Amino acid sequence: MTPPLVHWQPTASLQILQLRARTLARIRQFFDSRKVLEVETPLLSAAANTDPQLENFSTLTGSGKRLYLNSSPEFAMKRLLAAGSGPIYQICKAFRQEESGRCHNPEFTLLEWYRPGFDHHQLMDEVEQLVGILLDPPLTPNGSERLAWREAFQRHANIDPIRADCSGLMKCTRNHGISTTDRLADGDREGWLDLLMTHVVQPRLGRGRLTFLFDYPASQAALSRIDHTVDPPTAERFELFLEGIELANGFHELTDSKEQRQRFLQDRQQRSKAGLPLPPLDENLLAALEHGLPDCSGVALGIDRLLMLISGTTHIDQVLSFPSARA
Amino acid sequence: MASYSTNEFKRGLKVMLDGDPAAIIENEFVKPGKGQAFNRVKLRNLKTGRVIERTFKSGESIEAADVIETDMQYLYSDGDNWHFMDPETFEQISADEKAVTEAKQWLKEQDICTVTLWNGVPLSVTPPNHVILKVTETEPGIRGDTATGGNKPATLETGAVVQVPLFVNEGDLIKVDTRTGSYVSRAKE
Repeated sequence: MTPPLVHWQPTASLQILQLRARTLARIRQFFDSRKVLEVETPLLSAAANTDPQLENFSTLTGSGKRLYLNSSPEFAMKRLLAAGSGPIYQICKAFRQEESGRCHNPEFTLLEWYRPGFDHHQLMDEVEQLVGILLDPPLTPNGSERLAWREAFQRHANIDPIRADCSGLMKCTRNHGISTTDRLADGDREGWLDLLMTHVVQPRLGRGRLTFLFDYPASQAALSRIDHTVDPPTAERFELFLEGIELANGFHELTDSKEQRQRFLQDRQQRSKAGLPLPPLDENLLAALEHGLPDCSGVALGIDRLLMLISGTTHIDQVLSFPSARA
Repeated sequence: MASYSTNEFKRGLKVMLDGDPAAIIENEFVKPGKGQAFNRVKLRNLKTGRVIERTFKSGESIEAADVIETDMQYLYSDGDNWHFMDPETFEQISADEKAVTEAKQWLKEQDICTVTLWNGVPLSVTPPNHVILKVTETEPGIRGDTATGGNKPATLETGAVVQVPLFVNEGDLIKVDTRTGSYVSRAKE
């Protein structure tokens, strides 16, 4: 009998594996010198992220209890912060189902860190400092820009994303030569914004420099605070892009447990409407917020994508020893 | 009817798009930091050959196209239709001119071709990569001149015209690469 065709070899070169090791060492050095504590939190948890656009992996214990693989270490790290850890960072694997492509692998490496006392602008500064020294060649002064979310759409898609209604957003995608299936043509404003972001705006961000996008609309706040003193209210959230690739997502963290519970419940409602699984709410996180999360900002940075950008490779498989197809 | 979800999309997959069969050429997964994921897909319409770009919401499903590729022997043409036979079942089918537009100038009786069938009807025919055809018309050859460059047109038994070296004569058999339409070498039967 002939054995099945197997691909046992790694997809990353030895040079890239060495670059990965070197980069992780420099990240640890960076945080060590700034007295940020390295921590580890469980990859398997009884609760999970409720984000309707995110599908968790889960598994069963021997006694039949369902546990979820973390889609990010956020909830557990916030519990550490509430318990008085001070500034912390973690380098760990995160897991998201159905995410596979040029910049996605269902299992990937995240660097996540939290800074008590920082707002999201201060954290952007620190992200810039860290990424700046990891890039090859290192970032030059003026190698970075800050761009409001609304302005990014105006500049790169020629549309005001706050004023435009659904048909305006739809027309804008057509003008950019993007053809979609009928199922996108409903009154889903957020869907059109996501479409314009991924197809038109994002590919133009971070060309030759770092682009930090900030002042997201309140509808895209996720777990960030919302600033109600401006009109319209904006989310205190940022993202980092380099060469059209999204590298990091950060929040001035929501600390209000009641609002957090409300957002979880909204997510669950959406999930239930869409017929998606309903993971249990993370009551541990909510209790920690109730106890008191210090005012802080946190950010997650994709290490695999960073390695792609440093090495000039074009597919995530080239920086992974074994991507999911060979795992 | 079978269907495929976007997470099954990959190069070569045959699907129905706007009522026509199409093959996926490229599939890119894109997702904003927080929000809806999409599959940005390039497809080739298998009837017209045109390349189309289309974006799907991730998780959406699309009808599968009943498209298969099968090896068949070319029998003959009656001018309107081109007739092929399954070498195992001896079942015969006929293709119309649209299906053989590209291929017909290379079709030689008894050659094995790849026939793409949609719901059992030939959509396109791909000739073998290399065919051996007789030169029916060309300027007389220059005897002994096998080294110096220079080409001339030659008409082949199927009507195809290819550029051949000067030493090739009428009645010669030559090997042609059908993918590029170029002369490869002289050939023996």
